[in-house]
Amino acid sequence: MLEIKDLKAKIDNKEILKGLNLEIKPGEVHAIMGPNGSGKSTLSNVLSGKKGYTVSGDVRYLNENLLNLEIEERAHKGIFLAFQYPLEIPGVNTNIFLKTSLNAIKKARGEKELDAIEFLKLVKKKASELKFDEKILSRQLNVGFSGGEKKKNEILQMSILNPKLSILDETDSGLDIDALKIVSEGVNALRSKESSFLIITHYQRLLEYIKPDFVHVLINGQIVKSGGSELALELESKGYESLS
Amino acid sequence: MDAREKEIEKLKDYKYGFSTDIENTRAPKGLNEEVIKFISNIKKEPRWMLDWRLKAFERLKQLKEPNWQKPKYPKIDYQDLYYYSAPKSMDDKPKSLDELDPKLLETYKKLGIPLQEQARLNGIAVDAVFDSVSVATTFKGELNKKGIIFCSMSEAIQKHPELVKKYLGSVIPLSDHYFATLNSAVFTDGSFVYIPEGVRCPMELSTYFRINATETGQFERTLIIADKGSYVSYLEGCTAPMRDENQLHAANVELIALDDAEIKYSTVQNWYPGDKNGKGGIYNFVTKRGLCKGKNSKISWTQVETGSAITWKYPSCILKGDNSVGEFYSIAITNNHQKADTGTKMIHLGKNTKSKIISKGISAGFADNTYRGLVDISKNADNARNFTQCDSLLMGNKCGAHTVPYIKNKNSSSNIEHEATTSKISDEQLFYCNQRGLNQEEAVSLIVNGFCKEVLQQLPMEFAVEAQKLVGISLEGSVG
Repeated sequence: MLEIKDLKAKIDNKEILKGLNLEIKPGEVHAIMGPNGSGKSTLSNVLSGKKGYTVSGDVRYLNENLLNLEIEERAHKGIFLAFQYPLEIPGVNTNIFLKTSLNAIKKARGEKELDAIEFLKLVKKKASELKFDEKILSRQLNVGFSGGEKKKNEILQMSILNPKLSILDETDSGLDIDALKIVSEGVNALRSKESSFLIITHYQRLLEYIKPDFVHVLINGQIVKSGGSELALELESKGYESLS
Repeated sequence: MDAREKEIEKLKDYKYGFSTDIENTRAPKGLNEEVIKFISNIKKEPRWMLDWRLKAFERLKQLKEPNWQKPKYPKIDYQDLYYYSAPKSMDDKPKSLDELDPKLLETYKKLGIPLQEQARLNGIAVDAVFDSVSVATTFKGELNKKGIIFCSMSEAIQKHPELVKKYLGSVIPLSDHYFATLNSAVFTDGSFVYIPEGVRCPMELSTYFRINATETGQFERTLIIADKGSYVSYLEGCTAPMRDENQLHAANVELIALDDAEIKYSTVQNWYPGDKNGKGGIYNFVTKRGLCKGKNSKISWTQVETGSAITWKYPSCILKGDNSVGEFYSIAITNNHQKADTGTKMIHLGKNTKSKIISKGISAGFADNTYRGLVDISKNADNARNFTQCDSLLMGNKCGAHTVPYIKNKNSSSNIEHEATTSKISDEQLFYCNQRGLNQEEAVSLIVNGFCKEVLQQLPMEFAVEAQKLVGISLEGSVG
């Protein structure tokens, strides 16, 4: 699915990622943990194609050179980023945004676009699965949403777009325990043989609900240690200090 | 690239930019009494109309072209323009669409405005103005049954002189200001609407303005009268071919609402904006004013201004009747080298009068966008209320946005609110939309449409979709 070799990324002449290697196979859930400033968000930005970075290295996604693709092309090919800070777009109805997004992706893939009725049916089903209050869907995108609502909205979008590779950038930050459960259930429901996840998080807490196949520790732009889900627990008790 | 390929390449940017090769009848070039007599004569106008025009012309000689606006333009040589140009085939008035020059029918079809009534799906009556003449008005018969008059201005002068005499110039006086007076002297055609007492107009009325001829100014005149307790919704659309020269469009629009009447006037202005380097395009210098003459009357202006090299207009309301309401909803989009100086004037004269102003200015490229507005509460306008909201959206760092609100308040019982914001489309917002599969242009269109939503909602359904698309198209190439 995704193969990263010697990935380096610079912004404003400062090197953030310093030769990162990672392989994610279909159906796998990988967690990346690391202290502040270790390059976690940079990794999710670079993988989704955000502008402003000088990037080198080799990233293959579904046997294609990912780094050559535009942001929206990556989205069309099934990469989804759940934002740490989802953006507000005033005046744009959440439902309209979701439909525009879904249909843009369908169109790019040569699939039939959904009409308003088909879309509403789909969104209602997904919203109820995620215990997501439907009223929020008719509000302006993320405007006046609570932190939890914003994050749930990201997961709702993820479940509607049905991506192949989902990157969750600190989705657990700012969530109370109930919201955390709902978000985790949403992610777990999407797990399948075909879909993979890259979960970026500060804390082990989220991994109690979403059990990863692999845990990697990112420090100073490199993965310094990899292991199974038990590594998260070890980090929780010993801290990152022990590894740096 | 040969000339034809070049033409096709250009049309990708402005799809209404084609021109129709048609034989014209023109007035001699220049502005003088003879030309005014020529116009009046060719329209077979009565003497009083010619006298009115000549009076305006006399007045014009004493007036100076204003120069206080933000967008400056090179001096216009008024003697180097044609003031009347009409397809030759219109010399002998065709009696029906079957007699209309097929080239004209084809032109309107290409513009997406089929004139055949059966071709129109949604029951919108259209008056089509081509250069200086109205070429066709649809659904006249059906409207007639309700006593509604919807015809060209020229026809109204012939057939309804009592109404024209009474109301023409009653909102925009002959000597109002340079361009309004110029229009009064040389106006050619436009629409006339009269809605009788107690009648709710059953369909949208609309006028489609097309400038085709070169070196020609378009000076249309529209007059809408809503008698007691009536209602009408009216929409105008405008396009022009792409030409390297700047062309002048100086229209006058007067609205009169009597007791309990309501007029909703919407504009989707898409005149040719000039090329990417600012060459050519229309100078859109228009005077639009509505008079809420009767008590409880209401006039609502909605404008979507995306075209023209320079847009300079202030659709205004004079709230004379007690409890009357004036509204102004505006979207002004400027891209590349376009300039706009637009807004409204709300003149509160009656008691308990209310006005609302919602203005959305969007500026991209090297463009410059000014909101200029006046809220004027007179001494006797007890309990007047105004709410103004001016939002500006900037794209890139070479464009400008300015807000110039004037407030004159002579009555202490009034309540005036003004809100203004300036924002930019952030790279983060674009990244978010791109990550959800939208390309740059789709993302900009979505964000801008969200920004303009309050105004787009005011448009009649049939035009809202079109306007939304236009908003997106106007900003193509502005990011990235």
